Amino acid sequence: MTAVLVTRGLGKRYRRRWALRDCTLQIPAGRVTGLVGPNGAGKSTLLGLATGLLAPTSGDVEVCGAPPARDAAHLARVGFVAQDTPAYAGLTVAEHLRLGARLNPGWDDEGARRRLDRLGLDPGQRAGKLSGGQRAQLALTLGLAKRPELLILDEPVASLDPLARREFLQVLMEAVAERELSVVLSSHVVSDLERVCDHLVVLVDSRVQVAGDVDDLRATHHRLTGPRRPGLTLPSDQRLVHESHTDRQSTLVVRAEGPILDPAWVVGNLSLEDLVLAYMSGPAERRAAPLEAVR
Amino acid sequence: MIWLTWRQFRVQALAAVLGLTAVAAAAALTGPRLARLARSGRNVFDLSTGGERTLFLAGVVAVAVVPALVGAFWGAPLIARELEAGTHRLAWNQSVTRSRWLAVKLGVTALAAALAAGLTSLAVTWWSGPLDGASSTGHGGMPQRLTPVTFAMRGVVPVGYAVLAVVLGATLGAVLRRTLPAMAVTLAVYAALQIAVPLWVRPHLAAPVTATIVPARGTLDGISSDESGRQVTLSVHTPDPRDWILSDRTVDPAGRPAGLPASFVACLPPPGGPVSTSGQAQAPASGPEECLGRLAGTGYRQQVVYQPGDRFWRLQWTELALYLAASGVVAALCFHWVRRRVT
Repeated sequence: MTAVLVTRGLGKRYRRRWALRDCTLQIPAGRVTGLVGPNGAGKSTLLGLATGLLAPTSGDVEVCGAPPARDAAHLARVGFVAQDTPAYAGLTVAEHLRLGARLNPGWDDEGARRRLDRLGLDPGQRAGKLSGGQRAQLALTLGLAKRPELLILDEPVASLDPLARREFLQVLMEAVAERELSVVLSSHVVSDLERVCDHLVVLVDSRVQVAGDVDDLRATHHRLTGPRRPGLTLPSDQRLVHESHTDRQSTLVVRAEGPILDPAWVVGNLSLEDLVLAYMSGPAERRAAPLEAVR
Repeated sequence: MIWLTWRQFRVQALAAVLGLTAVAAAAALTGPRLARLARSGRNVFDLSTGGERTLFLAGVVAVAVVPALVGAFWGAPLIARELEAGTHRLAWNQSVTRSRWLAVKLGVTALAAALAAGLTSLAVTWWSGPLDGASSTGHGGMPQRLTPVTFAMRGVVPVGYAVLAVVLGATLGAVLRRTLPAMAVTLAVYAALQIAVPLWVRPHLAAPVTATIVPARGTLDGISSDESGRQVTLSVHTPDPRDWILSDRTVDPAGRPAGLPASFVACLPPPGGPVSTSGQAQAPASGPEECLGRLAGTGYRQQVVYQPGDRFWRLQWTELALYLAASGVVAALCFHWVRRRVT
């Protein structure tokens, strides 16, 4: 696996509070990777560090084989659509394209124009007058037209309505299909990620809880339901992700490479959302789950 | 990058062009008459109109506010507005390093500020030339151009003020991350510098000259006393009226700073207020003159420390260099902050 984003013991502290601590992960190239976790897990901080907007307090991070934002040539290889998709309110859509053309050597002007044209964005419109969805599309267009190797998107659809969300992700997927492009996309909305991601990283409290290809994750995670059996030990090839108990019943989420042989369990499939939630809430039900992910 | 800088700057640039045009038009309309008067060798001050004297003050104000305006409205928002709107995350993820982004933005803005201040000062300096230091054949006159306020509003120093104000505004914007506080602090620092530099820095830009002057009718500016009439001080002037007097004190025959002797105070006619002997309109009072003669006879002198009037340009260039050096230091801090601290 070639990694497009590697972090080792990465940490970022603001005054006395750690926003991200001791984070070690690898994100493979050529994939659409979803970075998911509850609010405050450090997703934005991690992506800020990956784009060089933030400087790490500890550890190190490499993007496309070099420290982030090392020089202009390296900046050209990484695109970034920041949270809330900022744009210059006083500049028109066309002027944003001109800005992109002036500041990026690999600028795909024709592609950008075609994309905006298809979305029905008026080039003469000031960015300040655009709707949230349109502004997000503009930011995405700027990020894509730069022709980066890696496109990083920080909660790009968080503030969009469902229709705008779908459109946004559609445009993104088309772009990914058109050419070799690695994408890292953070969200706390798992259903959005489910549609577009083929790789998933679950980040809770700065720590990678699980990372892997979506298909593999689906195949190796099971929901076990059966009579109440608190405090049981699982076979060595199974790992407990989450357990919950009622008076009569136990429900476990386990990761197992092989088949589940214990006949006492009813084995069921997990949706990606359930899987993510199981990791977010931890082995026992103690964490009063930051259930942002349920939206 | 230059295109983006220009695109974000063009409204401010237009305002500057309008302002400069107004200043230039006012100078072009009213200046030639004063210049003709000066060439004719007649007394410019006595022949100047009230309107022209008001314009003289307006010129001082114009040159004074240009650096303040560019510092607050060009410098302070330069980085702070990007941080407030979050657009720095857009700008800094194009294929341009932050250093280059800042270099172009700060460079273009500082250059424009230098140009605006320089042209304003050029117009005002030319316009005020005939009036600077012009004194009446009777009473009154305009300040000499080396005196603190006039000096700062003439020649090349306004360029230094404007450049420093812009760089300072930008840096404060980066540090404070808010436009309005950055504007306020920029204005406060600019005002503080305009007070502190003439008081404590400018007098030492070149080693001042010390002269010992015999108090007499020809050298005396005035005798003044405080309310009680006991504390009497003399003030004298140097031969060149353009000199900038930094201190003027009485020294005793041994050369030590001293108050005026009691005999001199007793000698004077009872004061009704400050007595002037320099004005020719005043009736010659034999009293004070005799007293002065006696005072000089006992060895009392006035010790004057001053910057000679012919050092105007030397002090101008030195102060400009000082401000540009300070701008360089602040700009370095700005680069450091934007590269390492702003996130």
